[in-house]
Amino acid sequence: MAIFDQAIRRLSLSLSLSRRRSSLSFSTLSSNPLRVCVVGAGPAGFYTAEKMLKAHHGAEVDIIDRLPTPFGLVRSGVAPDHPETKIVMNQFSKAAQHERCSFFGNFTLGSSVSLSELRELYHVVVLAYGAESDRALGIPGEYLSGIHSAREFVWWYNGHPDGKNLSPDLKSTDTAVILGQGNVALDAARILLQSTSVLATTDIASHALEALEQSSIRKVYLVGRRGPAQAACTAKELREVLGIKDLYIHINEVDLHKSPEDEEVLKNNRIHRRVYELLSKAATSAPSHPSSSQRELHFVFFRKPDRFLDSGEGSGRVAGVHFEKTVLKGAFLSINGVVVTALSHLLYVAQHLNRTVGPGKQIAVGTGSYEYLDCGLVLKSIGYKSLPVDGLPFDHEKGVVPNIKGRVLAETSGDPTQLEKGLYVCGWLKRGPTGIIATNLYCAEETVASISEDVHQGEIAPTSTFPKPGRQGLLQLLDNRDVRAVPFSAWEKIDSEERRLGNLRSKPREKLTTYENLLKVATE
Amino acid sequence: MSRSRLFSRIGAGIVKELSRGQCTAFYRTSFIQRPYSARWQPQVELHPETKGHQGTISQKHRQFSSTATGSDSADGSDLNEMISVAFVDKDGEETDIKVPIGMSMLEAAHENDIELEGKDYNAIFLDQHISFLVDYNWVLCFCTGACEGSLACSTCHVIVTDMEYYNKLEDPTDEENDMLDLAFGLTETSRLGCQVIAKPELNGMRIALPAATRNFAVDGYVPKPH
Repeated sequence: MAIFDQAIRRLSLSLSLSRRRSSLSFSTLSSNPLRVCVVGAGPAGFYTAEKMLKAHHGAEVDIIDRLPTPFGLVRSGVAPDHPETKIVMNQFSKAAQHERCSFFGNFTLGSSVSLSELRELYHVVVLAYGAESDRALGIPGEYLSGIHSAREFVWWYNGHPDGKNLSPDLKSTDTAVILGQGNVALDAARILLQSTSVLATTDIASHALEALEQSSIRKVYLVGRRGPAQAACTAKELREVLGIKDLYIHINEVDLHKSPEDEEVLKNNRIHRRVYELLSKAATSAPSHPSSSQRELHFVFFRKPDRFLDSGEGSGRVAGVHFEKTVLKGAFLSINGVVVTALSHLLYVAQHLNRTVGPGKQIAVGTGSYEYLDCGLVLKSIGYKSLPVDGLPFDHEKGVVPNIKGRVLAETSGDPTQLEKGLYVCGWLKRGPTGIIATNLYCAEETVASISEDVHQGEIAPTSTFPKPGRQGLLQLLDNRDVRAVPFSAWEKIDSEERRLGNLRSKPREKLTTYENLLKVATE
Repeated sequence: MSRSRLFSRIGAGIVKELSRGQCTAFYRTSFIQRPYSARWQPQVELHPETKGHQGTISQKHRQFSSTATGSDSADGSDLNEMISVAFVDKDGEETDIKVPIGMSMLEAAHENDIELEGKDYNAIFLDQHISFLVDYNWVLCFCTGACEGSLACSTCHVIVTDMEYYNKLEDPTDEENDMLDLAFGLTETSRLGCQVIAKPELNGMRIALPAATRNFAVDGYVPKPH
């Protein structure tokens, strides 16, 4: 191990030497570089910055974020028991430490600085601030207490400074219902059902660990509108939740029946096929009854929530969910005659709007028969939603910024030639809230290719004749407004303090979960 | 465009040599003592929570690296312990490289400055190729796969072009298959570069980098949430 450490030191030394050498050569630090601002320091933002630095060897790239901490959902979305997924932070840190790149956190686009100001300050602005809100079901009782969005729950257990106060009540009920069967839903189920001794070795927020240690939740229902052949999760997360020690799994075998349409879906889609196989194996290998001490996970298919019920006596607390049973309909089956083409087009559009219909294009429709499920906690895991800022064209229906390959379209109703010059989008704000971290790699490549093309073709004014103030201008503006931006070196302090605190508790990291504590450490 | 590409490549080549010249001593001395993967992972210091995973990988390679000690295989001087592998990039250009037995294709690509992750736009701007002077070392650190070989992403996806060679590989594990599920442009002979380990039977193998699916958002592909 000593040899290993020694070698690592030597490598670090060599890298720092080469860095020093680089700064001497000075060839890239033009006095009027292309100044780029990336808003949002998550995967989309960092991949964009990385690709910009590589494609434009003179560009200066600033990544800004409303939090004092970088990495977005890698820090506050990826589950604490998935440390290997977070390794990508190393790559992002390298980008942030690049000599032409900076990170500034702790100020918000839209309040500390406006979009139009940013566009004045920089040649190129790339919005990659993701989706910080939730889709709503729009059914009665949705705002009873005890009902949370999965996003809030995830922020809570991951120590997001805006999630600390959620304090979900895990003590007055033994049953939780999770609406949705995607990976976020599976993460939430796993956190609720996993042994806290396992979670204690992760970087889970300590307030969440304490609450989970006292949790009385024994049963979790994962409810989906469609069947096992359409489940939105991936095999990895499913395998994990199925593999939790001493957990009773229940799946109705009748739900596993495959229609010819399902067969088609499974034949053509590897993810769905492997997920279906895992579910089907779990259904047949499970014992018929749980033992008395076992926690339980129930997969419930073909149910859509109809309304939430409160516990009566005006408590305002959720006591159960009323579901309508569903069946799957091929999208075109019930349509007759001449309108087929027009309607199918509409359905196609609707599918893209809601992303509710995956491959196979089958949708869940209510049957008029209902069912009731008692529970004291509901997590809605039905999708994230992006929010607009002032001066940004926004498609409220799709929840994305209208764009062509990342170029933002001006609001003048769909005319593809009307572009917002110098303004781009990437990540969930560009394509909607789906995909894995690596999806952003391709998404960023597309956006950066558009920027490169525009720079090359003079769509973005040449930086030598039209210099912009960039970083200095931004910092000056924030200073004038008494807004304290936090640089990457401040994050490094937070990082090392979190690791030090984690070390004391045999965790990889103890996250600081309030703005106050984060900023205290950041400015020490 | 082809002209600018050419110039960029020349620029990069020159710089590569310059840069190599100054770093060689370091690379050589460290090679014998260390597992392959450790050479380009200074990051363990940054985020020790990932150490466990990197540890296992290093362990795996440590066994392999013992076969390469005693000779400076990095120079290709001992061909008995190297195999020939051709990497085919997105433009169909082929690069033949020598890979020591026991090294993964992800590491081999990295060693030879072949970028597996996504498409490379380095060559777009002719007038800026000189800045490779600054960027070379930095670029070098950027093709390690998002998870650095810990089987938690699909960014090192490669395609074995010949079924015969594909069949010589161990079957992918469930975990590798889980990640391949999420890879862009998956084929029957797709593997993760970090899981394809050089062995004598693979001598002469060709590996293609999948074409980036640039218009993935509109071609009906619906990526799944993380």
